[in-house]
Amino acid sequence: MQDDLDRLAAHVKSGMRVAVPVDYGGVPMALTRRLITRGDVTDLHLICVPTGGLQVDMLIGAGMVTTVETSAVSLGEAGGAPRFNDAVRSGRIRILDATCPAIHAGLLAAQKAVPFMPIRGLLGSDIQANRADWQVMDNPLSEGADPIVLIPAIHPDVAVFHAPMADRAGNVWIGRRRELAAMAYAARTTLVTVERIVETDLMADELTAAGTLPALYVTDVALAERGAWPHGLWGNYDPDSTELRRYAAAAKTAAGFAAYMAETESEIA
Amino acid sequence: MKNPPATAREILIVTIARLLHGTRHVAVGAASPIPAAGAMLARALAETAGEPRLRISILGSVKHNFFTNGSTELFDCAGQGRIDAFFLGGGQIDGAGNVNLIGVGAYPEMKVRWPGSFGSAYLYFTIPRVILFREEHTSRVMVEKVDFISAPGTSAEGVYRKGGPYALLTGRGLFMFDKDKPGFRLESLHPGQTLEQMHEATGFAFDHAEKPAETAPPDETTLALLRGRVLEELGETYPDFAAGFRTETLGVEPKEVTT
Repeated sequence: MQDDLDRLAAHVKSGMRVAVPVDYGGVPMALTRRLITRGDVTDLHLICVPTGGLQVDMLIGAGMVTTVETSAVSLGEAGGAPRFNDAVRSGRIRILDATCPAIHAGLLAAQKAVPFMPIRGLLGSDIQANRADWQVMDNPLSEGADPIVLIPAIHPDVAVFHAPMADRAGNVWIGRRRELAAMAYAARTTLVTVERIVETDLMADELTAAGTLPALYVTDVALAERGAWPHGLWGNYDPDSTELRRYAAAAKTAAGFAAYMAETESEIA
Repeated sequence: MKNPPATAREILIVTIARLLHGTRHVAVGAASPIPAAGAMLARALAETAGEPRLRISILGSVKHNFFTNGSTELFDCAGQGRIDAFFLGGGQIDGAGNVNLIGVGAYPEMKVRWPGSFGSAYLYFTIPRVILFREEHTSRVMVEKVDFISAPGTSAEGVYRKGGPYALLTGRGLFMFDKDKPGFRLESLHPGQTLEQMHEATGFAFDHAEKPAETAPPDETTLALLRGRVLEELGETYPDFAAGFRTETLGVEPKEVTT
C-alpha cells in the first residue's frame, strides 16, 4: 500500500546527489528505511552536511551508494561506521574526503547561485591534494601572494531531513538548525519528515516564523513519528544509544548487517 | 578526612586548564569529556581570580553552547578570530605537528579507515591555541610521519595561517610546539613517567631538558573546584563520565591513564 513515505521516497532516483544531515541535526531514518525497503534506487552520491552517521552506513550497506562526499562518517559514541569503513577499504565506494566548512562553503555557493566559494585553510593538507575539483588561486584583491582554495558550488538533487513540526501549508520549523535551511536552499528538491503537523500557520507568529523554513523551499512533507530513531531529535528525544551499539556490533559483517535490517524492519513498519 | 591526591585524569584536566589561561573563548568538540572539564575548570578559575570572563562552547551541549546559526557557525566564528583555543585528537600525530584523522596505509583504500578529518583542516589554520590531546601515547599514535595529512602543523611562507598547534598533551606528558623549528619540546613528564619510556613510546624526535620537570599536581583549591563545581557542570553533557569520575576520586587509588 502506498503511503506518505512512499510518496516522498519516489522522488529519489538512481544516480542522484542526495544531501543528508549531521547525526544530531534531524536524520530522516524512517524515510531512509523506506528507501532501502523499496530497493529501487542505486548509484547514489551522498553529500553529508557536514558529516554522516547511521543513515549513511545503512545506505552503503544496502548497496545503494557509489560516492560519499563527507568530512567524516561515524556512529559517534557507538564507534566507527562499519559498512562505510569496509566499503572504503575495499574500494567499493568512491570517497571524496572534505572538511566541514568546505561542505558548508559549497552549499553556500549554490545558495548564492555563484560558481564557487573561497575558503581559508586546507592548503598543504592531503584532503586538498586529493580533490582535483577544488582549485587554488591567488587572491586577486591582495597585493602580495595569497593562495586560497575555491570550493565549487554543491548542487544536491535532493535534500532530506527530519524536523519537529510542519504546518498544513508545508512550512517546516527547524529552530536553530540553520544548516537544514542551507541544504534546502542549495537543493532542487527537499523532502522533509516531521514528528507532527500543526493546524496553526507557522509563518503567522514571529516567534515560530524566525525558525521556519518556508514552504517555498520544501517539495513535500510526510508525518513520521519518532522518524529520526535511533538517532535523536533535538528538543524531542535523545539518541537510542543501546540501539546504535546493537547496530554497530551487528553490522561488522555484511551478513550481520543483512540480519539486523531484516529483524528491525518489522519494528519500524 | 584529607582529600585523596589528584588522579592521572585530574592532572590532565588541570594541565588543560593551565594551557587555557588567558583565553576568552574556548570551543570543545563532541565526545571530548576531558577537554570539556579542562575548559570548565579554566572558566571557574578565571572567575575565582576575578579575571575576564571565559566563554566555552561545547558541541553537543545545550546549556554550554550559544550557537544559533547551525553547524557552520563554529567555523565562521573561528575564521573571524572569535575562538582562541580548541582541541584536536588524532589517530596519528607526527613530530612536525601534522594530524591524521583519516586512516592507516595508502589512501584511499587504507588498511584502517577512521571517520574522517571533520573541521581540522580549517580550525588548525584559524584558531591560535590548538591543543593536541590524545590519552594514548604509543609509537603507533606518535609517529615519525603521518600516513595522511588531515591538517598540516605548519604552512609555507605566504599561506594565510592564524592558528596551529600550541601544545601536545598525552597520558605520558606535556609538549609545547615550536613552529619555527618546527617540532615539539617536552615540557614535563606526568608522575611515574621516565624520559626513557617517553622516547620509547614516541616515534618522533623531540627536544627536552636533561632532567625534564614533573607535571605539577593541582593545589587544594583547584582540586576542590574540579571535584565540586566542574564535575557538576560536566554532568549535563557527560553524565556517565562525570559519574565514573566521582567514583574514581572518592578514595579509590589513582589509576594510570596509559600502561
